[in-house]
Amino acid sequence: MDKILRVNMTDLTTKLETVPAEWAGLGGRGLTSTIVAAEVPADCHALGPNNKLVFAPGLLTGTAAANSGRLSAGAKSPLTGGIKESNAGGTAAQMLARLGIKALIIEGLPKEDKWYSLHVNMDGVTIQEETELLGKGNFAVIEALEARLGKKTGILTIGPAGELKMTAANISVKDPDSKIRSHGRGGLGAVMGSKKIKFITIDDTGAPKVQIADPEKFKTAARTFAKALLDHPVSGEGLPTYGTNVLVNILNEAGGLPTRNFTTGQFEAHDKISGETMHDTIVARGGKPKHGCHAGCIIQCSQVYHDKDGKYVTSGFEYETIWGLGADCCIDNLDDIAKADNIMDDIGIDSIETAVMFGVAMEAGILQWGDSKEMLRLLTEEIGKGTALGRILGGGAGSVGRTYGVTRVPVVKNQGIPAYDPRSVKGIGITYATSTMGADHTSGYTIATNILNVGGHVDPLKKDGQVELSRNLQIATAAVDSTGMCIFIAFPALDIPECLPALIDMINARYGIALTGDDVTNLGKHILKVERQFNIEAGLTNKHDRLPEFFKTEPVAPHNAVWDFTDEEIDEFWNF
Amino acid sequence: MHIKVKLFATFRNGRFKEAGQERQEGTNCRKIILELGLTEEEIGIILVNGRHASLDHLLQDGDTLSLFPLVGGG
Repeated sequence: MDKILRVNMTDLTTKLETVPAEWAGLGGRGLTSTIVAAEVPADCHALGPNNKLVFAPGLLTGTAAANSGRLSAGAKSPLTGGIKESNAGGTAAQMLARLGIKALIIEGLPKEDKWYSLHVNMDGVTIQEETELLGKGNFAVIEALEARLGKKTGILTIGPAGELKMTAANISVKDPDSKIRSHGRGGLGAVMGSKKIKFITIDDTGAPKVQIADPEKFKTAARTFAKALLDHPVSGEGLPTYGTNVLVNILNEAGGLPTRNFTTGQFEAHDKISGETMHDTIVARGGKPKHGCHAGCIIQCSQVYHDKDGKYVTSGFEYETIWGLGADCCIDNLDDIAKADNIMDDIGIDSIETAVMFGVAMEAGILQWGDSKEMLRLLTEEIGKGTALGRILGGGAGSVGRTYGVTRVPVVKNQGIPAYDPRSVKGIGITYATSTMGADHTSGYTIATNILNVGGHVDPLKKDGQVELSRNLQIATAAVDSTGMCIFIAFPALDIPECLPALIDMINARYGIALTGDDVTNLGKHILKVERQFNIEAGLTNKHDRLPEFFKTEPVAPHNAVWDFTDEEIDEFWNF
Repeated sequence: MHIKVKLFATFRNGRFKEAGQERQEGTNCRKIILELGLTEEEIGIILVNGRHASLDHLLQDGDTLSLFPLVGGG
């Protein structure tokens, strides 16, 4: 029987609750956003006692459905001041789903100046005081907890950045190799830190298999779905070979690779940090060019990157991180970017927010353009140790911009703009502007259709069709984020007709229900509206659905494109 | 006329990264793609001077043609 676990950090009690009927059909983002909207006062302080941190596996998580092992984390974001959902791979989601835990809700703040951990198992959840692992990096936490509780333990943890409540802090999730995946965006690590929870461990010993209402129907649909993922050239071949970093060269050629803190659209040294170069380097050094972030992933877009001596440096080495520290900071040393990726995992800070932040910090003169050694030092010695400068940097791009009087600060709703210039890829600009999450490429990934010719083509340099494209993708993404699926299933779903019906059939077979395609679209619309309403009540209105001024006034080479949508055109987004 | 051809991802295997080519006026993208031993089906993205173009697009002197298989990320 599915259940809700509720942890009250104010009086240090826990409760096991039945799932209310109105939450039964929800999972992942749909559930975290519904709970946050229902139970968190929108005007509360994100680091105060009235915010709640919610974890929820997706509707299909824990089943044999390919790529269904993502965990959603939700709360009011201390970075954006609005609602936040951030999802990640790792082992925790499937363990929670097998334990029948629909959601874990953490509320309140401890009265005493003590730190705690949570332990989840068949009997529910318990709270313990924690002293030993305070101040430790995430890799050390994982190592110590595996020694303490066993290799198979599921772990959610925060590093020093989360303990210090930095607004770029993330929540790390142990992956199948005992390395790290992240609930990266929006500062959810600071929310966990505010509740003084250093880590959450999960033991699924004795958990039953996830119940499937119609196993035969499920099996057939799961097979069709997996075939679509493997048949599509992007999910079946491109992503496993080059990872997401194949995009460096594509965006560079298309003139949409933000460079030198968004002052130009192409990076001279693109080839040194490209997916092609990274692939060859990984193979030459005996790393792994393909790798999954959770059991059951058949796309395998991740990789394991080794140094010159063949030793592990990082895994899950993503385009956005490499773009940000690379092109946007003019760093052409992929080994140093890989080291930074590892340090960011260890101290527990979002690699997108931090990369965008460093571009602003370079413009502010805190360090020189391209100075990767100083970037590494700032990560370890300032952010990692929580010095005064480190806390400013750990507050993200907006924090550094405000503190140093920089006017070119690429953020929306105070969240850093990732890896695609909205002037030369206009659809993604609509997503950045309107997303309930702040600037977030994954919430409506128009790059697929603007640049990659997946799901048709909409010219990235023209305004026509962008609002509709972004709207349709944001609606679909909100629904997909509720299933526990990796968002990369969108590539086959946009092109292969059998893919989406198979996904819906799996949900129907799992729960013995009869959802239609329209129901799923309506779910996506409903989630966006619930999130939007929370944001409005929190004070984020359509006036915040805007890009920074400099995008309108500074043309970006090579196409000399500017952001030319009117406010009215942007606001059309919400007409559904 | 003189054009530059740039290849990416798997298209580089057994070919080249970047090459200058002398071509007759009126050459379109398809002709160059087929001469490289690529098929139309394999082509994911065609960019001419950083803008999306069709197989029938006629190249001009000084153009850069960039070819990608169907790949993606995010």
